[in-house]
Amino acid sequence: MNKELIKVEMLRKYYHSSKGLLKAVDSVSFKIYRGETFGLVGESGCGKSTLIRTVLRLLKPSDGKIVFDGIDITHLHEKELKSFRKRMGIVFQDPHSSLNPRMTVFDILSRPLKIHKLAKKHDELMLKIVEILKLMGLQAEHMIRFPHELSGGQKQRVAIARALMVEPEILFLDEPTSALDVSVQAKILKLLDSVKKQKNLTYFYISHDINLIRVVSDRIAVMYLGKIVEIGDKETIFHKPLHPYTNGLFKSVPVPDPDVKIDKVPLEGEVPSPVNPPEGCRFHPRCEFAKDICIKEEPVLKEMEDGRMVACHLYQ
Amino acid sequence: MISEDISYEQLKEEIRKLKRKRSSQANLVWKRFTKNKLALIGFIMVSIIIFMAIFAPLIAPYDPYKTSPLERFKPPSKEHLLGTDALGRDVFSRLIYGSRIALEIGILIVLFEGIIGISLGLVSGYFGGIVDKLIMWLVDVLRSFPIVVLALAIAGVLGQGILNVVIALGTVGWTSYARMVRSKVLTIKELEYIEAAKSIGESNLAIIFRHVLPNVLSTAIVMVCLMMPTALIASATLSFLGLGVQPPTADWGSIIAEGRRYLLKAPWISTSAGFFIMFTVLGFNFIGDGLRDALDPTSRRN
Repeated sequence: MNKELIKVEMLRKYYHSSKGLLKAVDSVSFKIYRGETFGLVGESGCGKSTLIRTVLRLLKPSDGKIVFDGIDITHLHEKELKSFRKRMGIVFQDPHSSLNPRMTVFDILSRPLKIHKLAKKHDELMLKIVEILKLMGLQAEHMIRFPHELSGGQKQRVAIARALMVEPEILFLDEPTSALDVSVQAKILKLLDSVKKQKNLTYFYISHDINLIRVVSDRIAVMYLGKIVEIGDKETIFHKPLHPYTNGLFKSVPVPDPDVKIDKVPLEGEVPSPVNPPEGCRFHPRCEFAKDICIKEEPVLKEMEDGRMVACHLYQ
Repeated sequence: MISEDISYEQLKEEIRKLKRKRSSQANLVWKRFTKNKLALIGFIMVSIIIFMAIFAPLIAPYDPYKTSPLERFKPPSKEHLLGTDALGRDVFSRLIYGSRIALEIGILIVLFEGIIGISLGLVSGYFGGIVDKLIMWLVDVLRSFPIVVLALAIAGVLGQGILNVVIALGTVGWTSYARMVRSKVLTIKELEYIEAAKSIGESNLAIIFRHVLPNVLSTAIVMVCLMMPTALIASATLSFLGLGVQPPTADWGSIIAEGRRYLLKAPWISTSAGFFIMFTVLGFNFIGDGLRDALDPTSRRN
């Protein structure tokens, strides 16, 4: 068994727009190990969702390499991909649009089984669906409902159930709780946690919510404008962020204590457009430590002594 | 037992309940439809025409093809409700039989153009790229002609007869469906349930039929009702111009054409045929509008 479940190397996803080349994901490399929760955090529009979809091969990568369990899946055709689709699941952000409004829960959940020929007879399907609904904290009777008859939390449970139907090894979670009420969010997070333990899953969790990522992840990657700027163990990164962007990002989290004074705005300026991004280090226009080299040369991810990776000229 | 707390029998009972509920959803659409006065009137109007078409031999007082030279140009009276024509045939009976031809042609045209238009619209919207460009280019080219002129040209080449009318009008008509369906598919395609279907390994064909088509269907049904009048008028126009259904077949368009020569002497021939066309067209239009509002409550004007 391969310890590295997913290895991504120099992955790029470019779009041609009227204003120029849009670099949504630019030369991203990382590894996800079996059994861990790999968190990816970044502001809205930094390319998180594009990255997750490209790794899943829902979008065609422009360049780079995606290796799943030792096999290069970057250029596989849809037919060859089918066996890998069974091993990877995705849960989307908005359960209201990720479930087909014209299908009952039974139909939605039976599709994965039928596609991968895991169950044929009606009784068999029914049994598996009841089983998964129970696991999701839903009742058997929910299988005859349409999505609009369910609450937001119930819909997201169905969406998770669909991803789990084929017993995948890894679940890609694209902000699975951000469209839900706070009280429901906690329940879904608990559910995801217990399912992970029960089924020995690996999670790739993306979110813009730093606190959430801190709670759920084992390792964290920080993304800025299509690039990963820092990867490392959760505790190392949170206790001593190295990259100025990571530092600013973590500092921008409000502390629930009225006595704590905020002495300065942690991150100044706006995120530049991913169309024709800044030369050199993409963060340099907003970085307080920017040097000459930062404007000219793009820093690469480099391993530090404590095992984490940082892409910043301050540490090279 | 399927699990601890619910048996297979209980589940079946639940499914039965659901089916009842689903029919109640259909009831809801029906209620909204009938609440709309115009829609209800349209439904009654079309029902009358369909009833006439089915029971034509029972309703028609005379044989629509029996000529009687002594009875020529009789104005409307008790014996001949809508008078007689140049050959002494009963106009009312001919119009009743005419509803058969009208509905037959109308349904055939709508089926023909609907099937072509919806499939091409689905393909065009879903796959995009060069396929989309080609199909839309064809749509633009066909639509740049005045519909009747193009249909005339095609009917002229193909010759007369019902099937050729259907082909001539369908060749132009599918473009409306294709455009409508394509624009709908473009929005559906971006929704996450399509990505979700891809992520579980669903094939393109399955995505189109299982996920896209069902969500386009209600729009398509409305479209069919709204296209029916266009088809009816266009086929009547072709008959009127002598390229459609041929005399002596009792067809509304050709009845108008025959009566045109005696418009001053026997105005009842053309006008009553015109009224029948208008009646049917209006009926389908009302139904189409009503269905659109009933199926999509958010677009209601009131």
